[in-house]
Amino acid sequence: MHKLLQDLPGEKIMLLGNEAIARGAVEAGVAFATTYPGTPSSEISLNLFQMSQESDLYFEYSTNEKVALEVAAAAANSGLRTFCMMKHVGVNVAADPLMTLAYVGVTAGMVILSADDPAMFSSQNEQDNRYYAKFGNLPMMEPSSVAEAKDMIKDAFELSESLKQPVLLRTTTRINHSNAFVTFGEIKPRNTRGRFEKDPHRCVTVPAVSRGLHVKVLEKMKNAARLSDASSYNFVQGAGPLGVITNGVSLYYAADAVKDLGLTDRAKILRLGFSNPLPRKMIADFLAECEKVLVVEEGEPFMEEAVKAIAQEQGITIPIKGKSDELFSRLFEYDPAMVREKMAAFFNVPYTPKTSVDTSDVPEIPMRPPNLCSGCSHRATFYEVKQAAKDMDVICPNDIGCYTLGFLPPLSTGDFVICMGSSVSSSCGFSKATDQKVVSFIGDSTFFHSGITGLVNAVFNNHNFTLVILENDITAMTGHQPHPGVDMDRFGLSGYGRVNIEKLVRAVGVEHVSIIKPFKVQKSIDIIKEALAFKGVSVIISQEPCALYAKSLKLKKIRPFVVSDKCVDHRDCITTIACPSFYLDKDNRVAIDANTCVGCAVCAQICPENAIRPLKQ
Amino acid sequence: METTRLIIVAVGGQGNLLASKVLGEAALLAGVPVRMSEIHGMAQRGGVVESAMVFGDAESSIISDGEADILLGFEPAETLRAIKRCNKNTQVITNTAPVPPFTVAAGLGTYPDVEEIKQLIQAKTAGLVAIDAMSLAREAGSPMSVNIVLLGALVQTGALGFNRDVVEEAIRRRVKPAFLDVNLKAFDLGFKAAASA
Repeated sequence: MHKLLQDLPGEKIMLLGNEAIARGAVEAGVAFATTYPGTPSSEISLNLFQMSQESDLYFEYSTNEKVALEVAAAAANSGLRTFCMMKHVGVNVAADPLMTLAYVGVTAGMVILSADDPAMFSSQNEQDNRYYAKFGNLPMMEPSSVAEAKDMIKDAFELSESLKQPVLLRTTTRINHSNAFVTFGEIKPRNTRGRFEKDPHRCVTVPAVSRGLHVKVLEKMKNAARLSDASSYNFVQGAGPLGVITNGVSLYYAADAVKDLGLTDRAKILRLGFSNPLPRKMIADFLAECEKVLVVEEGEPFMEEAVKAIAQEQGITIPIKGKSDELFSRLFEYDPAMVREKMAAFFNVPYTPKTSVDTSDVPEIPMRPPNLCSGCSHRATFYEVKQAAKDMDVICPNDIGCYTLGFLPPLSTGDFVICMGSSVSSSCGFSKATDQKVVSFIGDSTFFHSGITGLVNAVFNNHNFTLVILENDITAMTGHQPHPGVDMDRFGLSGYGRVNIEKLVRAVGVEHVSIIKPFKVQKSIDIIKEALAFKGVSVIISQEPCALYAKSLKLKKIRPFVVSDKCVDHRDCITTIACPSFYLDKDNRVAIDANTCVGCAVCAQICPENAIRPLKQ
Repeated sequence: METTRLIIVAVGGQGNLLASKVLGEAALLAGVPVRMSEIHGMAQRGGVVESAMVFGDAESSIISDGEADILLGFEPAETLRAIKRCNKNTQVITNTAPVPPFTVAAGLGTYPDVEEIKQLIQAKTAGLVAIDAMSLAREAGSPMSVNIVLLGALVQTGALGFNRDVVEEAIRRRVKPAFLDVNLKAFDLGFKAAASA
């Protein structure tokens, strides 16, 4: 049985934040869950996917976040408790249904989780999605710890049901990817079959209906404001004239700082966990009993600006500070020492930071950047495109996935990346705005997510570029989730369809479609050259399973390669493809790590001396 | 209760997430509160993987520069790279077997001399235990047990305050039965190596 399905109330177990959230959803009786995977949210859905295979919970990997939210919206309007989770930038994709779903509401509890990524450990920006709650009139809750996240999602479902409104649960990476001990609660029985009751004056958002719905959503938010003021997720801890207002993980940095600075008798902390609408009365009462207030929140000054507005309304003129050049930044993550230092400065208490060791005499340590894996098919494809286009002035829009790493030297095939799907649409623009040749790259999962519309646009507007679809049979970057082109038999699952990328591309109207097997180097280069010579939209589908995925499924017999004594040490292998299986041995000669080489043989085909050979076994 | 802050640095694939889960389990058995934080995603693609573990009363789950009480490094150059997390009172435990980053083979950097790494760390911190965890892991029966060898060394230093029985019990709970004997042997070899280091 899946560890998160165990009906063992009171059991204490160490869980990753994302596992705790998945367990909380199960305890809440969630019946329907949808997602598009994205770090730092991915393990929530992975656990729900696994649990759905041994229970009556419905779970799906949808093609993108907009689709996931719309699928979920229907379930939540058919009486099923529904959970839809995504990374922060995924909410941008889902923003269209999100804004109007808030008007329509739900008939059963619905929680939408946004996993924000301050400091951008695995993201292209660090947008603060608390503004979506305000923008879209959605009640919002924010946990401070792993254990609280599990309990909070249950209350988020209750809140959603009482307001008939979707609730945004906003986490940050330090919640999603922290481990802590969590105590299992009881699992509420799931109601897995619903019925949609027609209600066109709520569910069909023509202007005449929506005018009424906008009035209603504002009324719902008034009710939500009352609930926020009474919520136990908004609380004061400690006592004294110095005030701290905080949220999320910053609560603990602030609490530790109060203790470390000896302010336990002088400072109190207001933690806001039900943070949209904010508990205005509670904040006003808190301000009235403070001499000065420090707002500690990662990201944008979401609470700070609201707190200052409340102070103005109340005629309270105490100093309230948060983001400024001297205090907190809008950038990146906070940490305990930073919060301690800023708090000491603002409250005028002495503080000597612990000093790090002197690093001035530490030699430069070679960088260890993330890299495409040994035997990654993307490396081969990038190399071949570079070879085929070596005499051309080429722009290479790239996309979001492992293959974004292709921008690093020596492959250097990534010139423009902004969001999922942008490789295709930006190619349309580059091909019209410049005389440069455009060759773009997109993964198979990302193509389904948001590449197809760009390709339809390219065909219709008769653009001129080559799109390389990197078909590796899986969503690799986020941990091997399925996508619509995947053979679900490999997951041991039946009853799924499968969308064939080649047929799809041809059906869209692309006239020049070719397939390459990237581990056949020269043949691939020849085919790519033909595609590049075509005037109009050409698509190359590069087919080879993700090396890690293939390894885990034991799809191929791995036969590592070795460098023979024919090597004359010109190092083309290292300098052109940079596979991490290469290393320099004690004589400073190129060697291949047989433990990591998967035997793709790309280097062997590149070596002009034919010095790289399969290991004799 | 005293707060002890431990940073574990490793190269993706060296098993530091399992090592931190074992220590978390040990903390539960010992009745010590613990919070831990780790990084996933793009950083894992051959990059550096870092876990932070905070034992005791502090509530934060991450550790600021200069504030690690213990630094456990699975790779010598990565241990040195993480030295800014240490102060003069930090206890450091490191593997001495290098896993050179690809940038060295590509001619973009020079791997530092391991003896120099050891001397630098020794001079800057309260103490260094340096062992060849890879050889010991092989001796235990699997190069994959480097992580548990290093846990053995960590526990031997006493810096964490857990006795070996508790950590061995945690290993039994966290490691798959098929690999248990190898890992218990790895733990023992790491423990003994640290005692004579």
